[in-house]
Amino acid sequence: MNGALIGIAGAVILALGLGFLARRGQQMGLEQWTVAGRSFGAPLVFLLMAGEIYTTFTFLGGSGFAYGRGGPAYYILCYATLAYVMSYFLLPPIWRYARDNGLYSQSDFFIRKYDSPALGILVSLVGIVALIPYLVLQFKGLGIIVEIAGYGAIASTPAVWIGAAVATAYVMVSGVRGAAWTSVAKDAMILLAVVFLGIYFPLHYYGGLGAMFAAIEEVKPGFTVLPAHGESVWWFSSTVLLTVLGFYMWPHAFASIYTARNTRVIRLNAVFLPIYQLILLFVFFAGFAAILQVPGLKGTDVDLALFKLSVKTFDPWVVGLIGAAGVLTALVPGSMILTAAATLFANNLYRVADRSADDARVLRIAKLVVPLVALVAIYFTLRGGQTIVALLLMGYSFVTQLFPALVLSLPRNSWVTREGAAAGIVAGVATVAAVSLTHTTIGTLFPSLPAEIKELNVGIVALAVNIVVLIAFSAGTKLAAARNRRVVRVSAPPSRLA
Amino acid sequence: MRSVRALALLPFLALLVGPFFVNRVTPYVFGMPFLLAWLVAWILLTAAIMAVIFRLDPANRDESE
Repeated sequence: MNGALIGIAGAVILALGLGFLARRGQQMGLEQWTVAGRSFGAPLVFLLMAGEIYTTFTFLGGSGFAYGRGGPAYYILCYATLAYVMSYFLLPPIWRYARDNGLYSQSDFFIRKYDSPALGILVSLVGIVALIPYLVLQFKGLGIIVEIAGYGAIASTPAVWIGAAVATAYVMVSGVRGAAWTSVAKDAMILLAVVFLGIYFPLHYYGGLGAMFAAIEEVKPGFTVLPAHGESVWWFSSTVLLTVLGFYMWPHAFASIYTARNTRVIRLNAVFLPIYQLILLFVFFAGFAAILQVPGLKGTDVDLALFKLSVKTFDPWVVGLIGAAGVLTALVPGSMILTAAATLFANNLYRVADRSADDARVLRIAKLVVPLVALVAIYFTLRGGQTIVALLLMGYSFVTQLFPALVLSLPRNSWVTREGAAAGIVAGVATVAAVSLTHTTIGTLFPSLPAEIKELNVGIVALAVNIVVLIAFSAGTKLAAARNRRVVRVSAPPSRLA
Repeated sequence: MRSVRALALLPFLALLVGPFFVNRVTPYVFGMPFLLAWLVAWILLTAAIMAVIFRLDPANRDESE
């Protein structure tokens, strides 16, 4: 066992220990397992919500994006910041409604608001389909980190199995509490690792931040800002907007709202989360530092930039600590996704089929589903393919389609009907799938439009289709209902006469 | 003081519309390209704005909600 592996093994044992300890003193009913009895104060809600940002996607993908494409990576900084601003206004009404109605999952919200279990099934399916690639991404990142940071001593396949087994074990025992507690360790380690790397690399290799950016500007002019074409300012702005809307639509992000003790906790976090977001800045610095130091990484290999540079720079034990932080960034979000997917399945699919099921049975089913979800994700992870990021972006576009039906349901007298909500979601998701599978862009759809419009994120089109269909079907069902009422009224008197 | 909530529009303007006007490398600010420095400054300002809103918004007086 080399020095690096000790650190990584330590992280895994720490996660397992904290995950099991999280259960202590709690009766694990369904409400405890899924939403921690709605008891969390600001710090734990903060960590759960921040936990969704600092995943392997940001750790490996954020640095890799800065390394491979430069300025466009800044969009990650912006979307989460604006999502937190939005959270101040959007989340309290959701939380209040969830508490008053005893809701456990995102689908429960749609079921209750639109009085339609069928809509709940639709939302659950969209959620589960979007969550699986997100989980695959975490497992894949885990395999990469263990393989590189462990200097090849453990191949990525056994690493994926071990990591998945650990997350499955503590999720089955502690549910969302396990995820929250392991978040504490994860965020402490990732904070230290990222800030250290983001400061050390520019200083060590260039003598400072300014010198580093100047050196990059000399070799690749304009690389650290947005390009004139392709991922331009138009792409940037539309992508940020879309991801802001999708941010809280992930089932696990939505469920973390329910864990809050009160709405004040949620509003207070909207103040601090934007600052926390700045830690990503150091991830970018590390990625930028790698450009001139470990050049030549292409395609999906850009995600290795941070670890390649670490291995080149440090002793194995330091690499081990960075690897340990990286392993936790995969395990913690992975465990939240497992909890959310299992809850959706048991609470919103199984319960519909078996109406006699009480909370205790639903919880048993949820726990049994956890290893199954993990196995499906492992299957896709090991099957490989380079389409993971494509799948994740598709997942993001999927969940964003839930946004119009959710927001428009918030006013007390909403004009959106359940048919409108369902049709909008189906149309939006179908558009996303069609666009993703055929690699359509706005440019290929409408070749005559000006170049700026063509660079808009194509997800805008799906959202527009969604909203148009939602309005059309809502209006249609309202009109049909009104006509039925009139027919009933007209035909009523004769029957009374008889 | 609920009107203070309107301040929350500023971060959206700065981060969604701002880049159209500040997408440039120079001048460097604290060693960062100008675009990046603009975004970082506005993330800090966003936190400050949200703190002001949180402080003045009457919704946060009621502990039970």
